[in-house]
Amino acid sequence: VFYLSSEEVAEILRLLDATSHDELTLETDRLQMVFRRGAAGGWTQETQTLRPGRILLFEHTGEPGRTAAPAGEVRDQGDADAVEIRSPLPGTFYRAPKPGAAPFVEVGSQVHRHSVVAIVETMKLMNSIHAGAEGHIAEICVANGEFVEPTTVLMQIRAARP
Amino acid sequence: MKLHRILIANRGEIALRVIRTCRALGIESVLVVSDADLDSVPAKLADLAIRIGPPPAAQSYLHVERIVAAARAAKADAIHPGYGFLSENVRLARAASEAGIVFIGPDETHLASVGDKLQARQYAVAAGLPVVPGGPVDDADAALERAREIGFPVLIKAVGGGGGRGMKRVNERSEMKAASALAMAEAEAAFGDARIYVERFVERGRHIEVQLLGDGRGNVMHLGERDCSIQRRYQKLVEEAPAPGLDPRLRAALCDAAISFGKHLRYRSAGTVEFLVDVERDEFYFLEMNARIQVEHPVSEAIAGLDLIAEQIWVAERSELRLAQDAVRFSGHALECRINAENPAEDFRPSPGTVTRALFPAGAGVRVDTHIEGGSAVPPFYDSLLAKVVAHGATRNEALARMRLALRNCRIEGVKTNISFHAELMDNSEFIAGGVTTAFLPTILSGRNRLSAAEVA
Repeated sequence: VFYLSSEEVAEILRLLDATSHDELTLETDRLQMVFRRGAAGGWTQETQTLRPGRILLFEHTGEPGRTAAPAGEVRDQGDADAVEIRSPLPGTFYRAPKPGAAPFVEVGSQVHRHSVVAIVETMKLMNSIHAGAEGHIAEICVANGEFVEPTTVLMQIRAARP
Repeated sequence: MKLHRILIANRGEIALRVIRTCRALGIESVLVVSDADLDSVPAKLADLAIRIGPPPAAQSYLHVERIVAAARAAKADAIHPGYGFLSENVRLARAASEAGIVFIGPDETHLASVGDKLQARQYAVAAGLPVVPGGPVDDADAALERAREIGFPVLIKAVGGGGGRGMKRVNERSEMKAASALAMAEAEAAFGDARIYVERFVERGRHIEVQLLGDGRGNVMHLGERDCSIQRRYQKLVEEAPAPGLDPRLRAALCDAAISFGKHLRYRSAGTVEFLVDVERDEFYFLEMNARIQVEHPVSEAIAGLDLIAEQIWVAERSELRLAQDAVRFSGHALECRINAENPAEDFRPSPGTVTRALFPAGAGVRVDTHIEGGSAVPPFYDSLLAKVVAHGATRNEALARMRLALRNCRIEGVKTNISFHAELMDNSEFIAGGVTTAFLPTILSGRNRLSAAEVA
């Protein structure tokens, strides 16, 4: 069995409803399905697909390789008051509001806590990245269009001295 | 022509949904997968999966040449594009037909004409459909003149925009010239198309759409309407069919209008005509046509007792509708809740990650369309839809009761979800009464924000 339709599942559960059983496990070569009575009534279904897929690797020829993006920009000297900017979410890092537009900041740009310095696109949503500190951008550590994790340092700010 | 092998150019729940219908019809399914989806449930359950590129959609699910090359390599005789990605892409439809592969969707000229908002509007007018008062303008003076005719407030829309992007509300005359000049500049920058139009802003409107099925020979049928007024930032969250509390004459007028539009185009495949129902004026206007299967199609399937993907395939094979309009028997009421990987407590921030455990509801009147199980990855590259929970009952109240129980029996661990938010909605008295406008959800959400701000203070 590859798949049970919701009507077939309902039919099984209708039969099960008349019994005193609280759980039923169905297993085929492809799937394991566990049905359990819900705490407030009704049923839950938990599925595991057992077999790995048949995946064909497809080689692409004749496509120009991605030109290596410049890895970040030149580092400003002195890190004593450096503040790191990180992304709250994994996603794609963009330095400008849209393709072709001027970047939000460059090395040396003055920023305030709420200044937007970049955007990170996660699940089709654009998340503004704020500086989080006052100062100037000392380093941009990630190239435009790169994928970043919450642990990735996006930029360094040299904080303004009080 | 009978189809034997369909390439699915999509991912997630809709990929699995198409695989299931293929299986039921004895058609082989071939799925394209990005590197982020190699271990996905659809990749495991397709007859064959073909890896087409890295995770970013531009290099995989949006890459026309790779998808067509995969279809040729797999000797597929058709491509099903699902929704989103390339589903309404003229280039894919053309490349497929040039390769002798059937595109399961409308004719490429229809994709082009309904994809352009202004052209679609002209078709609607030609087919005798009411459109929102307004129209295209060439400059700021014309925009002001047009707005005066319509009356404020008005909406300025970018021709190239969509999904809520490129829209601006203008409340009074003094703001109009500056706002339209700015809108043109922004539209040029964002969409490479400076054209704008001005239309009446409907304060209290319901988003009601009609499901169509056509065969490209002039036969068009409808499968009833859906109410999709529960939206957050133009993203639908809950859909239902039929639209609650809709005057039967208005319902008939909406369905007739949609059929007229479909017949005017000689539309082929599944498509949806969207309308804005102006609650205060008791009028309706054509908004746009979506030339694809839609996320919320299961509520129509539930009340019409049909498999829309199977009907799409039928039309693609035989170019003639399988059913006559009066053979469709509508029964009961259906609701759909979109379960997304997002956190309602943090302004619906997306929550990618790995699902550690997934329990879904099952039983009479409940259907769940999902590609998620324990161990499934929720990649940050794509949309956040995890599952669609659909409840069907003889009445709206029965469907609602089934949905409440279904949501209690839905548990997803490892990523944050909006399940509890849906549960709250299903207990909201206005929603229970039925017939809310598109202002309903934003109002609730701003109320919640005020509440949480008050708690902090």
